[in-house]
Parts: sequence; C-alpha cells; structure tokens
Amino acid sequence: MQGDAVLTMRGICKSFPGTKALNHVDFTLRKGEIHALMGENGAGKSTLIKVLTGVYEKEEGSIHIEGIEGEAHIHSPQDAQNAGISTVYQEITLCPNLTVAENMFIGRDEEMVVHWKDYEKKAAAILNNLGIPARPRQELSSCSLAVQQMVAIARAVDMNCKVLILDEPTSSLDEKEVEMLFGLMRDLKNRGVGIVFVTHFLEQVYAVSDRITVLRNGELVGEYPVQELPQVELVAKMMGKDLNDMAQLEQLGQKSVPGEETVYEAERLSSSDSKPFNFRIRKGEVNGFTGLLGSGRSESVRAIFGADRVTGGRVKVHGKEVKIAKPHDAMKNGIGYLPEDRKRDGIIADLSVRDNIILAMQVMKGFFHPMRRSDMEKFADEYVKALSIKTASKDTPVGSLSGGNQQKVILARWLLTHPDYLILDEPTRGIDVGTKLEIQKLVLKLAEENMSVTFISSEIEEMLRTCSRLIVMRDRNIVGELTGDELTQAHVMKTIAGGVRQ
Amino acid sequence: MSMKKASVSKRRREPLTDSQLLMTITIGIFAVMYAAAMIFMGGGFLRTQQFFDLLNDNAALIIISCSLTIVMIGGGINISVGGVIGLTVMACALFLNNSGIQNGPLGILLTLLLALGIGLAFGVLQGFLISYLEIQPFIVTLAGMFLSRGLTTMLSVNPVKVTHEGFLALVKNRLAIPWLGYTAKNGNLIPAKLEIGAVVALLIVVLVYFMLRNAKLGRHIYALGGNQQSALMLGINVKRTRFISYVISGLLSGLAGFVFLMHKPAGNASVAMRSEMDAIAASIIGGTLLTGGVGNVIGTFFGTMILATIQKIIALSPLNESWWQEMANGAMLGLFILLQSVVLSSRKKKARTTS
Amino acid sequence: MNKRIIKKGGVGQLLIPLVALAILLIFNLIRDPGFYSIGVAVNNSGNKVLTGNIISIIDSASELAIIAMGMTLVTAACGGQDISVGAVGTIAGSIFVKTLKAFPDINFGTLILAILACCLVTILFKSFNGALVAVFKIQPMIATLILFSCGRSIAYWIVGSATPQIDSPIINSMGMTIPGIPIPTPIFGVVLVGLILTLIFRLTTLRLYTESVGVNQGAARLNGINPVGIKMLSFVILGICVAVAGIIGTCRMGQVSHKTLLIDIEMDAILAVAIGGNNLGGGRFKISGSILGAYIIQMLTTTLLAMRVDPVNIKAYKAIVIIIIVMAGSPVVKQKLTALWHRIRSGGLKPASAKGVN
Repeated sequence: MQGDAVLTMRGICKSFPGTKALNHVDFTLRKGEIHALMGENGAGKSTLIKVLTGVYEKEEGSIHIEGIEGEAHIHSPQDAQNAGISTVYQEITLCPNLTVAENMFIGRDEEMVVHWKDYEKKAAAILNNLGIPARPRQELSSCSLAVQQMVAIARAVDMNCKVLILDEPTSSLDEKEVEMLFGLMRDLKNRGVGIVFVTHFLEQVYAVSDRITVLRNGELVGEYPVQELPQVELVAKMMGKDLNDMAQLEQLGQKSVPGEETVYEAERLSSSDSKPFNFRIRKGEVNGFTGLLGSGRSESVRAIFGADRVTGGRVKVHGKEVKIAKPHDAMKNGIGYLPEDRKRDGIIADLSVRDNIILAMQVMKGFFHPMRRSDMEKFADEYVKALSIKTASKDTPVGSLSGGNQQKVILARWLLTHPDYLILDEPTRGIDVGTKLEIQKLVLKLAEENMSVTFISSEIEEMLRTCSRLIVMRDRNIVGELTGDELTQAHVMKTIAGGVRQ
Repeated sequence: MSMKKASVSKRRREPLTDSQLLMTITIGIFAVMYAAAMIFMGGGFLRTQQFFDLLNDNAALIIISCSLTIVMIGGGINISVGGVIGLTVMACALFLNNSGIQNGPLGILLTLLLALGIGLAFGVLQGFLISYLEIQPFIVTLAGMFLSRGLTTMLSVNPVKVTHEGFLALVKNRLAIPWLGYTAKNGNLIPAKLEIGAVVALLIVVLVYFMLRNAKLGRHIYALGGNQQSALMLGINVKRTRFISYVISGLLSGLAGFVFLMHKPAGNASVAMRSEMDAIAASIIGGTLLTGGVGNVIGTFFGTMILATIQKIIALSPLNESWWQEMANGAMLGLFILLQSVVLSSRKKKARTTS
Repeated sequence: MNKRIIKKGGVGQLLIPLVALAILLIFNLIRDPGFYSIGVAVNNSGNKVLTGNIISIIDSASELAIIAMGMTLVTAACGGQDISVGAVGTIAGSIFVKTLKAFPDINFGTLILAILACCLVTILFKSFNGALVAVFKIQPMIATLILFSCGRSIAYWIVGSATPQIDSPIINSMGMTIPGIPIPTPIFGVVLVGLILTLIFRLTTLRLYTESVGVNQGAARLNGINPVGIKMLSFVILGICVAVAGIIGTCRMGQVSHKTLLIDIEMDAILAVAIGGNNLGGGRFKISGSILGAYIIQMLTTTLLAMRVDPVNIKAYKAIVIIIIVMAGSPVVKQKLTALWHRIRSGGLKPASAKGVN
C-alpha cells in the first residue's frame, strides 16, 4: 500500500453464473486525485464499484482503506458508508416519497429519533452552498431528474467521505450543471478526497481527471496518468484493438444518397409531450434529430410513432393521408421505432430472445394469427446470425444479455417487420464501441437498401458520420435544418446555441 | 444574503404531499358523514357517547388497522391479523379460566404477556420468511391466517366464556369524562364513558404516528416502501427494517386480541373473522397505498371511524341487515379508491405539465 | 439474479409442485395403500359411479382448478390477484338459480339460457374489476376488495332468500354424474375449460401478449399491444371461469347458499397459482402449474381428512405444508442450501476459501 493511497483493492475476483465479471483486478486511489475508471460495457466497472460499495460480495482479493487497520470488510452499503465511501449512481438511488432533506440524511444517522429541524437547517445550508435549486422540505418526486441527481451528490459530498464514487453522474445533467459538478469535484479534490469517476463521455475524462484505470473483459488493462494517454489510445485500450483498427472508426463508408419519393410527412404534428412541428423524410434518407437533453428530440419521434397521446397535426405516408394515434397504427404504416430507454421501453426482460425478436412481427400479423413455432425459430436464427447476437440460446431471457446484444435484439425485432421507415432513438447509448460501430454501419446499409432511417444519438460525431440531414431542436422547437457542407460539429453547436426558429 | 434565502424557503409552506392530501380528504368525508348523521338521525349521534361507542366497539380494529398501515407503507401486506386476534382471544380466555391463577392482577398480566407472545411469535415467523427468505408476503400471511384459525379451533371448537373474576372486574372499568356527558331526563349527569381498550387503541394511534414520523425505524419503513433498491443504496438495512415491521404488526395483532377480549370476554372460533379485510379497507380509505411508501396512521384512524360510522348508521336505520352493511362498505371503498385514483392521476398530470 | 430469471421459465417451474405431489402420493401409499382403491357404487339416483379417494380429490378440486386457471391469467397480465372470485362465483350461482326459477320447468334450453346469463353477469362484474385495474391503474387486490366485501351480499339480494333450492335430474347430473357415465361431471368441466384455454392459446397470441404485458407493459404498448385490452381480457376469461365454477358448485349442492358457496376459494386459488411456481408479480406463467397446485391443495385436505384430522383444524396443517412448498420454491432458500452444500463439501479441504466467500 502506497503512502498516499486512500484506497487499495488487490486481486478482486467476482463471478456471475456463466461469466467471470472481475478477474484479479487491482485498483489504487490516491488522496486528492480524480481517478477515471474506464472500460466498455461489461468490462467490469460497475461490478468493481458494487463490490467496493458492498452491493456485491467479492470472492477473492482484499480491500484496504486509509485509517482502517488491516483488511476492510464491506458487506453492505451501510458498511461502505461507515468506512468513508460514498457513492452517486447513474440511476437516482434516492427515495421519491421522502423530502429532499431526509434523502440527504437517511441511513447515515445513528440516532433513534429524527430531528427534523436540524435536518432541514443543515440541508438548507448545503443546498445553498452548492447552489442546488431545491427546498429541504420538498418531496423529492417533485424535483426534476437533474435536481434529484444533484441532491444525491449533495448527500455524498456532505458525508465527509474519504472516497467519493461518481458512477456516470452526468448522464442526466446539462452542460451548465456538468460544469458545476466539475467545480465541486475539484474543490473536494483539493480537500484531499479521492474521487472515482466513471463516465462514457471521453471529453469529460480529460476535463477533470488526473489518472485513468482501464478495464476490459473483467481484467485490468493498466493505470495511466491522464497526460500520458491520448484519447485515441484510451479508446484503443478500452476496445483491445490497436491503432490501425481505430482508423476504421473514422471511415464508415459512403453516406447514402436519398431518393426523391417522400415516405413520411407530418404537418404541425403535436403530442401531449411535444409542440407542433413539421417533418418529412425521403426514401433511403438517413436524418437525425439533435439538440440538448430535454430539447424535445425524443418527444418528437415519439409523436411520429404515436407513442405519446397525439394531439393534432396531419400525417401522410407515401403521400396518402393516414391517422397515427397509437404505436399499432404506425406499425401498420410501415414505421418501426427503437426507443431511447432500452430497459424501460424496449426489452421484455423475462421473455426469451426468440419471443423478443418476433414480437413486433407477430403483433402485425394480428391476434388471431399466431406464428408457427418453426417460423419463429427460423426468423430468430436468421437474425441472431445476421446481427451476430451473442446469446447462450434463443430461449435465454433477453434480460440476461449484455446491453449491446439487447439493443441488437430490438433492432432485429424491427428489421424483421421490414419497415419503410425506421426510427432509432439512441441506439448506441450505453453499449460498447464495437457494437456502436456495427450499428452505424447497419444504418448506412439499410439506407442503401432504400429504407428511410431517423438516427438519434447524444454523440454528434456519430450523427455527422451517418446522417445526410440534421434537424436541430431547442426548447421543444425545431431551430434549424443542416445538410451538406453545414454538417460539421461547429455548425451544429452554433445552431443549438443560437439558431433562429424555423 | 444566502442565509436570508434559506430562512425564507424554510418558512414557505410546502404543497401537501400525496399522503397528506388523501388523509385530508378522508377526514373531511368523515366530518361530513358524521355531521349528516347528527342532522338526519339525531338522537344518539348528538351525544359524545355515540362517538365513544364507535371507539369502544372498534378498538381492536383500530389497532390492527394501524399495524396494517405500517406494513403497507413498507410495501407489504399482512392478512393474518384477524386470525391472530381470534387465536389470542381464544388462548387468553382458556388461560384465564384454566390456569389456576385466580383473580389476582398477576393472572391478568400473564394473560397480556401471553397475548403479546402469540402476536410476537407470528410476527417473528412471518417476518423471517418474508424478509430473509424473500417469500411473497401475501402467501406467508395467508398461511399465517390458516395456521391461526386452525390453532384456534384446535384449542376449542366451542365458545369459551371468561369466568376469571379479576379480569371481568377489570373489564368493567371505564374512563368517565363528565364534561363530555349529557344530562338525562331525570336531571342526572351521565358522563361519557371510554373503555380501557379504546384508550389503549388511541394511545397506539399516537405512538404509531410518532414512530412513523419521528423514529429512525419509521422513516426507514417509508424509504423501504418508496423504493427498496434506493433504500438499500442509502445504507438502510432493508431486510431488518422489513422484518421489524412485521414483528410490530404481529405484536399489535396480539395486543388487539387482548383488547378484543376486554370488550367481549369470550373466545369463539369466528372472532374477528375477515377483520383483516376491514383493516386493509380502513388503511386504504385513510390514504395508504398498497404500493408502499405513502400512508398516514391518522388517516387510517379516520378510515376505521368511517367504516364504524357506516355500520352504526345502518344499525340504527330501518335497513338493519348484515348484507346492507356489506354493500355500504363495498360502495364506500369503491368510492374512495376511485377518488384516490382520480386525485393522484390529476396531480401527476399537473406536476408533469408544470415541470 | 440472472440465474433466477432462467430458472423461472423452463420446465423447472413444475419441479417443486410435481415433487410435492409425489411426496403426498407416496406418503399416502405408505400410510394406507387402500387410499388408492377405486370402487363402483350406486348413488341415490341409481347411477353407477366411481368412488374412492382419488376420484373424490379430482372431483372436489374442480371448482378450484377452474378458477386457478383464470387466476393465473390475471396474475400474469396484471401482476396481482383477484380476491373476489368466491363472491362473484356466488353471484353467478344466484343468477343461475334465479334464471332457472323463472321458468316452470328445467330443461336443456333453460339450462343453456341460465348458463349464458351467468357468464354474462360474471363478465360484467369482472369487466368492472378489469376496468379499475387496467384503466384506473388500481392494484388488483384493492380493486377486487370491493366485490370481496359486498359480492356475497349482492348474491343474497339477487335470490332474496337465504338458500333457494333447485331440484332436477339435469341439475343432479351436472353436479354429480350423468346417468351412464361413472365419472363425476365436474371433472369434465375442468377438462372443458382446460381444452378451451389450450385452444385459445393455440389459435391466438394471447400467451405472448399476456406475458409481454405482465413483464413490461410500456414496452408491450410500444410494440403495438394494447395493455388495457389484454388486462380486460384476462379478467373476462377469469369471469367465465368463475361462472363455470359457480354453476358447478351450485349444482353440486342443489342450492345456492351465499354464505358457504365457494367460500375461501380466492385464497386457495392464489395458493394454487403460487404453488404452481408462477410469479405472483406477473409475467411468464404456466397454467398447468396452477392446475397441479389446485390438486395438491385438495389432495392435502383429503389426506388430512383420511388421517382423521378434525375438518375445522385442517387449516393449521395446510398452512405448514404450504409454507414448506413455497420455501422449497424460494430462490433464496435454494441459493443458501447450495452454498451450504458447497461449504460442507469443500469445508474439510479448504476452510480458508469458505471464509472468503462469507
């Protein structure tokens, strides 16, 4: 154990049925440093953190924490808190039915009786100090997601911790809030707190981190000071490929040339969650919706698919006026939709890979026309192979697959219906770089085959690589449409920041 | 500047939470209902004694409703409470009659301990199976209900009347409150009388109220019902908290059994039959959600009183038949469930449009 | 976690109930081999009928098995249970009797009419429950608590007297045996309902839709499935099951008694679903498991009666057996037992690693 280390993990092993999630992983966190923990999905970051915070029990290895004699025994989140480790998770892990103040203090106090006044006073001071727009006595469920995330951070910060773990804390924050969080992190770092920072955003890593530890397939790749590891090399290490392969990332292939025929056209379409907008897409065209989180890009495509309650507007498919009020209507008109939140809206976790693949096709065939078992098997086989879905068998529940493979199953589901127009909302979110690349290639190939595709991604480069037209949104309005030479990152940013309303 | 802002935000009234709103509605409806009874039925309803009788007759129901509220806030359910009352009443009645400890206060104390012991045993057993072996609470407490009813008939199929004089003397005690009484026709002042059981029930309501509001345990139960995964991540010992909630529920059922025996000193195989469903209904009417995390024991108290008032009104009306009683209960429950659903969904819609 | 998901789907789900049934069968074989003897007797109406414990078990479990089938569907689609089946079954019985009494004599035509009337009424009541659950998003148990508490009163109100009798050879053959067929008629009821459900699963996509809605109704909706419709449909099917069970129960007794007809059957039906290894939280389901569960419950009761346990005390023993069965099916118990087994096996060799796991 090094002198200035606040946390040392050595030879950590953890396995789940069928996989070795962590294989003798070492991790060292020094006092007053921000340490990025990087790796693709399934690399073992989350597992390592859950072992450290007592959610999972390690099978082998040791954990040492500064100030604790000998090995630290962490069997529950409570143990971790007592050992000076506090954690902010990607999903909000607070209780929606309690007040903001209570969420900041519950589970930490050892007193039998709750002193509400003290709580509220202390909470008010902390919230004020950090500039978080929440009232102590407010019910947490009445705060926005971003504020809830900040409350979680406030709780962690207040715990006088030695180790602060931030597991993708920025995914629900906007740029300004991220900046605020970074300020907070630097402040804590100066006070000597060791911070473990997990994120999928590479720029953020380089903005704040001092050191990077890379994991791959449950094994340690290495630990590097941030200035010695350029971004490209980091990605290469995460993917386990050398730099030559990386060049592929830059050249996906040719963008397709859209045809003339308009496949889908909406006029002043609006839903319960989106403002009226106009939109059209041509045959074989790949377009994208971009904008900051909450700009209304997902809500717009949901309105196209009829996922939310449609409140107005006229819709034409292949030039014929149709009514799309619910997902089933959209499906009948040849529209497919891969939702933004894979876990919540996409997969049917307990059902098999086969059932998940044939689901949309079965629904289109109708209630009284069940597919034959042999057909199901045939289609499932075909797409498991075509998209190289990694699964133990077709009968495996889809919930036990990795994120990328789950996403492929949902893609397979829609490809099977042979839609004319496919909407992909964040198909590359939270999956590994290799699969991201595959999906982008697939999009271009589909367009080549005359399918119209709407592709949405938080990573603008992905959209710039695949889309021939970008629709820019801000505050639930379309503020610009970019094509051809305008498709550059700078241009997109400028339009997002100051575009004029259409 | 910043301090000033903090103090301002503290003084500001927060909007009612779901639980407070539902409770307020319940209390409002109870008030309207009772007032209507006073106006249209007059007589007994104009006297405090009528209200006290509601408490006297329903003391045990109030206690098990509190116990159900605790479990339901934690996201669970306990349908064995009625059975445990039945078993406790029977066991205590037999113990008083046959134990040989005659007439002294020791006998009564031991009986109380027996009642609490039976409740505790059920609470611990069910809590263990539910929390530590993660078996569905509905199934576990259903088995608990079967077990307690079966054990009751094993003890005695025939009704057992308590003959223990000391206990019967104790039961006769009333808390008399003269200034809430009324003057009879002959000029005598008849004070309003509250039975010991009713006093115990009111104490339990207050105790549970503060336990849920101010004790660490209570807040942990809310957190558990709000989101179990989050509660775990916040460092709460989820299993232990759930276990204790069932233990308390069991203990309160045992106590309710003793209170029941004080009201009607006789054991019977059908004592408190289906009262678990009344207790669930009372909790729901009081604003507790079966999904957990939302609820309030004051609301539950008024929920019980609403059921009790309906019962009384029908008993005093020409429709005095058990099936009218059940129909009225069902209708009332349906009304509240729909009302809650509408209120909560409209609030959610409002919250979404404003955010 | 993953392991649990995998276990739930396969044939493994039926393992525990099958083992439970086998243990009960073997227990009875050792206790009294005569338990299984089947004889032929002549009943009051002069029909030849099969007798014996096994026949009686299969016969008496009919109502429970039928309701358990419908309950499985509701559980799978809505993630909750209907506790008003007994009460609504009694309403069905009352409608049945009321309709038959409206005609001067009971013949085949009036019988069909009465059955249809029953089904219509139960479908109406269950649609009310279904609407509360599917449209108003109320938990099934709460939504059905209403009819649980007042359903039997409605039944009483319909018939207007405590226990109206109906007496007719047709009713007898429905409740007991049809002349010339020695097998009790209620058993055919179970077979019929089972066949109809199998046919529905064959000819429609009900199973896939129900499981999808039960697992993730948001995702199901985005794939064009109508969750409200599927939930309503599950309640409608349960309604028909309840009607059939109510009619069988009424015919068996020759009367409808609103206090005792199908009493406590809601609890037994939920138990049957749970014993059958179905997740009470909804999702994937096996109706065969629930049917097995129903027969296990009845087998248990009959065994206890054969052991001369007082009928009123049966509940206590039943509770203990139920707990053992659900414990055996509990993933946590399984996990702990496997861990213990591994520790015992490796305990002598590597005490250090055992400590590490801990």
